[in-house]
Amino acid sequence: MFYREAGHFRDNYQADMALFPIREDRIGVSLLLFAAFVAVPLLHLARIGPFSGDYLFNAILIPVLILSVAAIGLNVLVGYCGQISLGAGAFMGIGAYAAYNIAVRVPGMPLIGTFLLAGGVAAVAGVLFGIPSLRIKGLYLAVATLAAQFFFDWCFLRLGWVTNYTPSGSVSAPALVVFGWEADKPVERYLLVLTIAAAVAWGIANLVRGNIGRQWMATRDMDIAAEIIGIRPVEAKLTAFAVSSFILGLAGALWAFANLRSWEPYAFSIDRSFQLLFIVIIGGLGSIVGCFLGAAFIWLLPLVVEAVPRWLSIPISADAAANLTLAAFGVLILLTLIYEPHGLARVWSITKHKLRRWPFPY
Amino acid sequence: MAVFDPVKVAFFVEVLVSGLLSGILYALVALGFVLIFKASGVFNFAQGAMVLVAGLALVRTLNWLEAHLPFWLALLLALSFAGALMTGIAWAVERFVLRKLVNQTALALFMATIGITFVLEGLGQQIFGAQVYKLDIGLPRDNIFALESLFDGGILLNTLDLWSALLAAAIVGALAFFFQWTRTGRALRAVADDHSAAQSVGIPLTRVWFIVWVVAGLVAIAAAAVWGSKVGVQFSLVYVALKALPVIIVGGLTSVPGAILGGLLIGAGEKLAEVYLGPSLGGGIEHWFAYVVALVVLLVRPQGLFGDRIIERI
Amino acid sequence: MTGNAASLAMSLAPMAPAMAHVAPAALASKPLLAVENVSLRFGGVKALSDVSFDIRAGEIRAIIGPNGAGKTSMLNCINGFYRPSSGHVALDGVRHRHLRPSLAARNGIARTFQNVALFKGMTTLDNIMTGRALKIRSSFLRQLVRHGAALREEIEHRRKVEEIIDFLEIQAIRKTPVGKLPYGLQKRVELGRALAMEPRLLLLDEPMAGMNLEEKEDMSRFIVEANQAFGTTITLIEHDIGVVMNLSDRIVVLNHGCKIADGTPEEVRCNPQVIDAYLGSGE
Repeated sequence: MFYREAGHFRDNYQADMALFPIREDRIGVSLLLFAAFVAVPLLHLARIGPFSGDYLFNAILIPVLILSVAAIGLNVLVGYCGQISLGAGAFMGIGAYAAYNIAVRVPGMPLIGTFLLAGGVAAVAGVLFGIPSLRIKGLYLAVATLAAQFFFDWCFLRLGWVTNYTPSGSVSAPALVVFGWEADKPVERYLLVLTIAAAVAWGIANLVRGNIGRQWMATRDMDIAAEIIGIRPVEAKLTAFAVSSFILGLAGALWAFANLRSWEPYAFSIDRSFQLLFIVIIGGLGSIVGCFLGAAFIWLLPLVVEAVPRWLSIPISADAAANLTLAAFGVLILLTLIYEPHGLARVWSITKHKLRRWPFPY
Repeated sequence: MAVFDPVKVAFFVEVLVSGLLSGILYALVALGFVLIFKASGVFNFAQGAMVLVAGLALVRTLNWLEAHLPFWLALLLALSFAGALMTGIAWAVERFVLRKLVNQTALALFMATIGITFVLEGLGQQIFGAQVYKLDIGLPRDNIFALESLFDGGILLNTLDLWSALLAAAIVGALAFFFQWTRTGRALRAVADDHSAAQSVGIPLTRVWFIVWVVAGLVAIAAAAVWGSKVGVQFSLVYVALKALPVIIVGGLTSVPGAILGGLLIGAGEKLAEVYLGPSLGGGIEHWFAYVVALVVLLVRPQGLFGDRIIERI
Repeated sequence: MTGNAASLAMSLAPMAPAMAHVAPAALASKPLLAVENVSLRFGGVKALSDVSFDIRAGEIRAIIGPNGAGKTSMLNCINGFYRPSSGHVALDGVRHRHLRPSLAARNGIARTFQNVALFKGMTTLDNIMTGRALKIRSSFLRQLVRHGAALREEIEHRRKVEEIIDFLEIQAIRKTPVGKLPYGLQKRVELGRALAMEPRLLLLDEPMAGMNLEEKEDMSRFIVEANQAFGTTITLIEHDIGVVMNLSDRIVVLNHGCKIADGTPEEVRCNPQVIDAYLGSGE
């Protein structure tokens, strides 16, 4: 009843092909962007409710946004191009360490340049490890990406120049200076991350609706048929690997610079890869909204598992909470695959669908 | 042989043999993967978690029972308990996961096994604890020197490794017999060949899946017993099990002999690489060496050394 | 319907100048594609042995034969999915040594499949849009931004695709994922995707298999109109002999991988070898 298509006629193809063809969606997204970019910082400045301290920004908003960006990167590869990857964490790591090295070794490089170059380095690595995908498919490819994961884990740990010969192996990010503005307060880092997340989401939404995105999806759905209509599988798969790794690298640089500030190789281990894969599955394969929903869900779940017993005054050890979170993730993955293989994004679209047909019950 | 320094040759043989012995253990874990893949087309990522859970169940019950009962009885009871637990897991997996995902893509099933992995790891550690547990199932573990007539001083071997190798060989033999000569084995091979054809001649798919997961669970107990005796039962068993992935890629996903040979190749290769290439590369290369070997094999021969040839048709 | 097709033909004409000004009848003598002594072996099995025939520009050419005669293998050789063990496939007189499906597509060969090969997760519209993949020129960065020239190009191709959707009468399922469509409609969408490539040669592998009479009528109409209105050369495999006799200009008959007859429907109908192959020799 609040959400109707009736009476909204689209009389040209441009309107029909718009990102949000339905007016209510456009209003909703505008409101959401306004809230994120303006209202949240204002509430923080005014010290109102949960927005007053730094906790919300440091512990929830910043990590969730960066993980959403990373999930968009992984989704390009797994959800849109159908190439499974268990090495997403490693490509984030490449971005993080590339950004660190550029910042340390190239004085005067602007931050945006550092981030873009870091993404570029990750993209090159992604293409290299994507080459096997031209010969092998599906599960075999999963093992190939696992090779990337373990190889780069080792590089971060053992190659001295990667960490600039820091004895402990732990490195720290330089100050975040964007066009002379230093983003050191959590709310400022939040705005930086939010801007990048919005830009990535918009750009990828454009790509997947265009020719490149259709080539990826065609390769995913039936690679032989795609080749028969003239799509070169080499091109489609390698562009997907490049774009995916670029975004993962960018997200890795953000994770290191804007979230962790100082980090060890473990931050980009295979656990990170699984976390991203879970975000993509639970959020929804081949959906950009799903990346944000999935990231929020996966990030908040451990906090809830830890907090609920505390509210109920049931003592629970940190170990037990960690184990139960692990098992809960597993159960959620299974439930998602069995009952809603398209993830939260599908739940979201079903809700919209029902609203549109209300009060008709189907 | 005169050209070679006998001490160096002895050292090389020593490294090679210890590599081959750990390769047998890889093969043992890889067997579990191959069994399930052959019979259900499921690439079972959870095999590593099954090894962990089997090991934890075994070591915890054994340590508890040992205090009250004679050792052999305690071991027997602990093994039966672990066996019952793996059977229960197989039943639950078939009943609550596989049965609901019939006709889904291989990718969805693979991701489901990742979900199973997390459930098993989380619950297993919650129930049985998450420390490192020493496992002693009564295998001897002294060092001996072999081939003393050939090399000066002989080469150093651990009897535990030799016993593990024997155990692994026995299991492989038993599995080969089971597959080749029993009624159930024939049914399993039929299902592996073609699900719907097997169903149409009256082979119950769900029961076959259950059986094959039970067998994989039992293989996991054997792997856990052997690995646990060597390095203790701990979470890192999961990573040992991940090594089985490159092993089956090298050997071919559908081949039991391939799993064995792949295990030996990877085991020997990574030890030799670590000893001879490691120092110049910075050490620790055994963490990725196996995967990179698998990658190279895939590029040259996508179906692995012994796998069935992949034929594309439309 | 003809008017519909004619308007589509006019709008496609500037993009296919080579055939737009020549009437189909006038093209009927020039071989577009020649199959020269093609043999195909899988291990010890001979799927095709020494088959030769040609396809003339503008005609509807049928390949018929009993099950297992090698018809689909023949199409697979023509569009580069299989490489002949010996012999050649020459397009415009050029023998391509390493013909891959994507190269065949670039040379104007489109194809549909016996078992529908659509992109199941994509909508009808997107499926047909993929047929335009080779014609879209916007760079990566322009597609990333999707404004100005890239958007105009996208709209331009959308317009062409909408014409095909109108032609095939599938407007209502434009935004339905094709995995949810009934079989007959899937076949139609697949034809649409092939037509979107504006092919010179369209290979149809059993376009009417599993269809009821009405669906067959519709499909025949689309095939004839595609041929007459756009001058697309068509080669089809079909089991429904009635349809084949009525639609095709010339027919090749295969049996056990060998060519046993080649000619007009009347010639083929009277050929004793063909009658033997279909009805058994009676011995």
